[in-house]
Amino acid sequence: MVDSEHTGSRTTRILGIAVILGLIALILLGFFGAPEDDEQRDAVRMIFVHVPSAIFTYVAFTVTAIGSVMWLFRRSIWWDTVAAAAAEIGVLFCGLTLFTGSVWGRPTWNTYWDWGDVRLVTTLILFLMMIGYLSVRSLGGGERATATRAAIIGVLAMVLIPIVNRSVEWWESNTLHQKSSLTDGNLEDLTLFTLVVGFVVWGLFFTWSLIHRFRISWLERELRVRDLDQALVERRAEGQEHEGPPV
Amino acid sequence: MWADIRLIAGKDLRIEWRSRITLSQVLPFALLVLVLFGFALDANRPVLDAATSGLFWIAVLFVGLMAVQRSTAIETTDGARRALLLAGVEPAAVFLGKALAVALQLLFVETALVGGVIVFYDASIESFPLLAATCVVATVGIAAAGTLLGALVAGVRARETVLPILLLPVLAPVLIGATRAFDDALGTVAVDGWAWLGLLAGFGAINIVLGALAYGVLLEET
Amino acid sequence: MSIIRLHAAVALIGRFPALAGIDLEVGAGEVVLVQGPNGAGKSTLLRLCAGLLRLESGTGEILGHNLGRDRPAIRRSVGLLGHDTALYDDLSVRENLDFWAAASRCDASAVASALDRLGVAVRLHDVSVGLLSAGQRRRVALAAVVVRRPQLWLLDEPHAGLDPSGRDLVDVLVADAARAGATVLLSSHEVDRTLDLASRRITVAGGTITGDIISGDIVPGDIVGGSSSDVG
Repeated sequence: MVDSEHTGSRTTRILGIAVILGLIALILLGFFGAPEDDEQRDAVRMIFVHVPSAIFTYVAFTVTAIGSVMWLFRRSIWWDTVAAAAAEIGVLFCGLTLFTGSVWGRPTWNTYWDWGDVRLVTTLILFLMMIGYLSVRSLGGGERATATRAAIIGVLAMVLIPIVNRSVEWWESNTLHQKSSLTDGNLEDLTLFTLVVGFVVWGLFFTWSLIHRFRISWLERELRVRDLDQALVERRAEGQEHEGPPV
Repeated sequence: MWADIRLIAGKDLRIEWRSRITLSQVLPFALLVLVLFGFALDANRPVLDAATSGLFWIAVLFVGLMAVQRSTAIETTDGARRALLLAGVEPAAVFLGKALAVALQLLFVETALVGGVIVFYDASIESFPLLAATCVVATVGIAAAGTLLGALVAGVRARETVLPILLLPVLAPVLIGATRAFDDALGTVAVDGWAWLGLLAGFGAINIVLGALAYGVLLEET
Repeated sequence: MSIIRLHAAVALIGRFPALAGIDLEVGAGEVVLVQGPNGAGKSTLLRLCAGLLRLESGTGEILGHNLGRDRPAIRRSVGLLGHDTALYDDLSVRENLDFWAAASRCDASAVASALDRLGVAVRLHDVSVGLLSAGQRRRVALAAVVVRRPQLWLLDEPHAGLDPSGRDLVDVLVADAARAGATVLLSSHEVDRTLDLASRRITVAGGTITGDIISGDIVPGDIVGGSSSDVG
């Protein structure tokens, strides 16, 4: 499907250029276009990175969850490869979400970590679970065993996240924490527009990364299949050295 | 099915009884953790009071990890996993039996730990039913999730270090819920402990179902 | 009826092709000796026939059940003695066998006679398996196979670790099983002993079958494989 020299193609080149252009637009709009927030001043510009990152973290992990289910029920290796690629990208975006959330918090509420932010805490636990997903994938063993193990973790994470969210929410409401006021305000037109641009850019970047990462995994897989054929030949050759008398 | 569950649980518990590991190693470890927390918090009475529930459940989580490691290790030594496959026992029964054995061992240690917090942290039980119910429900969840994940990493190198990474985030809601319920039961904070029990029950149910379904696939393919 | 029918069977251990294309057909009542150097794939072949491994490619039918789809059915009717004993060290001999008999839905009363047949002294019945010698453990593991009364016996080096009387016992077991209509596949480096036992010898090397000799055409000097031609 792809020239095995590199994983690029017309699609990814177009996407890639769109991402770069979009990023430039986002930076310009973000820094010079959108107005300052009265309370948070410049820190609010984090929103243009933090929110899209968060949204696409969940998009990525949803893809992983779907892929996990498709592996378990249909043994679709294509879906398993997609799930793994999406998980890697998701962990990246998740880390970015947590980091920007933390950096945003410092000047705003004078704290690097806000235990009172339900979404943030839930995202942290999700982050840890998906790190677990990735470490399970690197445990070794056959292709099927790895896929099955990872898929079970993927499904477990998907099913447990609502419970995690609910428990953090209840915990949060029972303890006296300050709440994060993310969607509090009425967003001005230009801020809203910039946010939308952010979503679009992140979406393009997600797609671009997913395609590339998938193709790398797929090529690796094809290599392994070719290795297996080679290994079979070598294995049979072992036998030739030990042939007994003619039957 | 129920007979198989009893068979597996009985086997695990009998092995445990023979080796006395829970009694001679895990239990002292759990109590030691409580004592160490006491040292760390400088026996500062108000802090200790407020933190009792949390410290109790953290100790339980550590004990749970150990119990699950042991439970999994029993089957990986000497090809027992393969033999279980050959024997044709219903995988769900193996899962439920092993989880049951882990849960019972955990409950045993928790009983001792309750004694521990009463003695070392001067805790007083306001609602015994809530306390007992929390222990049972939370333990079911811990045992189920632990047994499932233990089977997932069985037969893999570095299994001892991967299991905590997988299990502890999964058990986060249990820690949150059980601690709050204990706060109510010990009278340290005014929360509705019984509401939290519902959440814990949900967690337990999900893990039991998932574990029963996934155990077969894991035995077969990994 | 063919008890074992394998065609171009490839089986992987992780990524390694332990079996690289096995063509084998074994009929009921046959006693087949599996020989070959270390690492040839003998153990893997036995495990495949037990329904414990997945076929990467090729087809297979064991006891009439499809190796791709129906492995649980295969497992119920086979008995496998592997290199490991599948015995719990902390439980006694009796407890171990009672457990495995119950788990396999086998007759619990068969346990005592099986132990007897394998020459496991009564005084050892309540001893923890962990305290037994390797040879004694092997006998108990064999007893576990006997209790199952399998249609297909898969024995991976059953003589290894046993004293002469133990090895004689294995031979008697195999002969009895064959007489009762069961099929036996056993791998062994004990060439002389198994000469009389087996009706057929196959040689496994490099994950394939490189030799297949029916008894009667054999002269001891013909047997190739075993410890003298071990691959480094």
